[in-house]
Amino acid sequence: MISYLLQQAINALQLGSVYALIALGYSMVYGVLRLINFAHGDIFMVGAFLGFFAAAIMRWPFVPTLLFSMLATAALGVTIERVAYRPLRDAPRVSAVITALGVGLFLEHFVLATVGAQPRQIPRMIPARFYPLPGDIGFSSNQAVIFGVAVLLMLILDLFVNRTLTGMAMRAISWDIRHLPLMGVPVNRIVSLTFAIGSALAAAGGILVGLAYPIIDPYMGILVGWKAFVAAVVGGIGSIRGAMAGGYVLAATEVFVAAFLPSTYRDFVAFSLLLTLLVFRPTGMFGRVWAQKV
Amino acid sequence: MAGALVATLLAAAAVSAAEIVVGLNAELTGQIPVVGQSSLNGARMAVDEVNQAGGLLVGNQRYTIRLQVEDNEDKAQSAVAAAQKLYYQHGVIAMIGPNASRNAVPAADIAESARAPMISPWSTNPATTRDKRYVFRAAFTDDFQGRVVAAFARQHFKAQRAAVLYDVASEYNKGIAEVFRQTFTQLGGQVVAFETYTTGDKDFLSQLTKIRAARPDILFLPNYYSEVPLQVQQARLIGLTVPIIGSDSWGFADLLTLGGSDVEGLMFTTHYAPDIATPVARRFIEAYQARYGSAPDDVAALTYDSFQLLFQALQQAGRVDREAVRDALASIERYEGVTGTMQFKGSGDPIKSAVVIRIENGQFKYFTTANP
Repeated sequence: MISYLLQQAINALQLGSVYALIALGYSMVYGVLRLINFAHGDIFMVGAFLGFFAAAIMRWPFVPTLLFSMLATAALGVTIERVAYRPLRDAPRVSAVITALGVGLFLEHFVLATVGAQPRQIPRMIPARFYPLPGDIGFSSNQAVIFGVAVLLMLILDLFVNRTLTGMAMRAISWDIRHLPLMGVPVNRIVSLTFAIGSALAAAGGILVGLAYPIIDPYMGILVGWKAFVAAVVGGIGSIRGAMAGGYVLAATEVFVAAFLPSTYRDFVAFSLLLTLLVFRPTGMFGRVWAQKV
Repeated sequence: MAGALVATLLAAAAVSAAEIVVGLNAELTGQIPVVGQSSLNGARMAVDEVNQAGGLLVGNQRYTIRLQVEDNEDKAQSAVAAAQKLYYQHGVIAMIGPNASRNAVPAADIAESARAPMISPWSTNPATTRDKRYVFRAAFTDDFQGRVVAAFARQHFKAQRAAVLYDVASEYNKGIAEVFRQTFTQLGGQVVAFETYTTGDKDFLSQLTKIRAARPDILFLPNYYSEVPLQVQQARLIGLTVPIIGSDSWGFADLLTLGGSDVEGLMFTTHYAPDIATPVARRFIEAYQARYGSAPDDVAALTYDSFQLLFQALQQAGRVDREAVRDALASIERYEGVTGTMQFKGSGDPIKSAVVIRIENGQFKYFTTANP
């Protein structure tokens, strides 16, 4: 029983690492712009496809593939912000959200038209190895890399946001974007940087998904994107640590519900639990209360 | 001026009178695009063959066949919309497709209300044709296939404890999983784990860990070719080493490219095996290979058979009339198809048998012929 629990916990860590990386992008963008970037799931998908390009066609190993995909996807995120969101920054929020949905559909169908609808396989970049643990359980080399890379990226991000001047500017924008230029903060540059980091993390998520679940298709971002969005909300949207925690909480809920109840009830029970949490903490686990000034 | 226009339109209508429009409702985009593409390939071959031979002789007139293709995006709503468009806007004599049961079941209702024939090449869910007058299929049903797989698991693998992992959001997977459970239990076995997921999931570790804890001696995955490789890989990853068997949704070359060495040695039941083909089938396989550069999969073969069934029914009916074609389809005595010999006895389901395929050296190889 204990070993069954532990094995399921390892499964949850793998899934949670992916959710957390993607949830971060939702949360960071919401933090600075109050925009729910519904294109984020599709940015993640593009990241996975760039990884496919690097790993399957260029035959690059894992680390160059990861870096290439993160950089290229960061550039994509910045471009999307510049072209699609910046002109709408002062427009009603709902217009920006609709634009985000449009950008997401554009990315999906762009990949569909250029790469095709066939699912693709990402080659095995990490040699498959299984590390047994006491009690008939264990973890794979993929799981170790996924968890390790995710935690490393999240630590770097946390240090960056909390310990550097640029990170401070980012947090400042989330407090008050209107008056911040008066303090000499280059708002546009910081917003671009936020998009770059969020998209790069989504790309990392895409590559890690490619390791764990090596079959990718142009629609893969939809479901994962929604789940990561839920993770961000549960964690407290706008909060970086909240997004990380939310990802693992969502994954653990899903995995353990399926582990002990019929798996058909998984999403139904998992999301009911998360909704209940939101009833008691409407701003999520780490969210803060926003005072509306009149 | 207006008169001239009407005259031109009438002339156009008169020309198209020597033409029969047949609709194809296929999964060209969405989760299983390979299915749509194969279906389209099979359809084009059937139609082009007839047209190159000078058209189809119905009654005393020769008709050319025109293929009208609609993409159903592998979504139930789009399949319904595509069916409506084909029947009401394009006025097709009959619709071939959709292929996946999740699309074919809702589209079948449209065929019923349009009182027009529909033949689904690949849908195996009983609900597609149940209580329907105008809906036919070229494949066997899940009931039949579920019984075949369960019997095979009991007899060939001597399995006592079976586990099933299936997509609960998809008609096909769900239907066949339930028949398997029922038959396997009837045959004296025990289904120790019956786990589900929903379409689009990529992580099955939680369910598979649970399955492993139930200590089955066979795992049945009645799921689509794009998901099976992930499930097999993850099962092996957590040390679930029991034999894995599947159903006809496995029968695509993509299963081999996506699955690689993980799917080597696995077996599944399906409609036909290219390597023991009859002369009819061999001719089709060669022509298909020459035209598309790859071996036809089940969907291509079944779509081709669906068109041939329709052509045979049209000729038997002797007139281009939906009701007459329906009656002819329901009473086809013997049709020698690529996927075997079929017979219809009043219902929309053909009487035919299944084959078991084994994956050897990255190829589908005939293993045995199976009946429940």
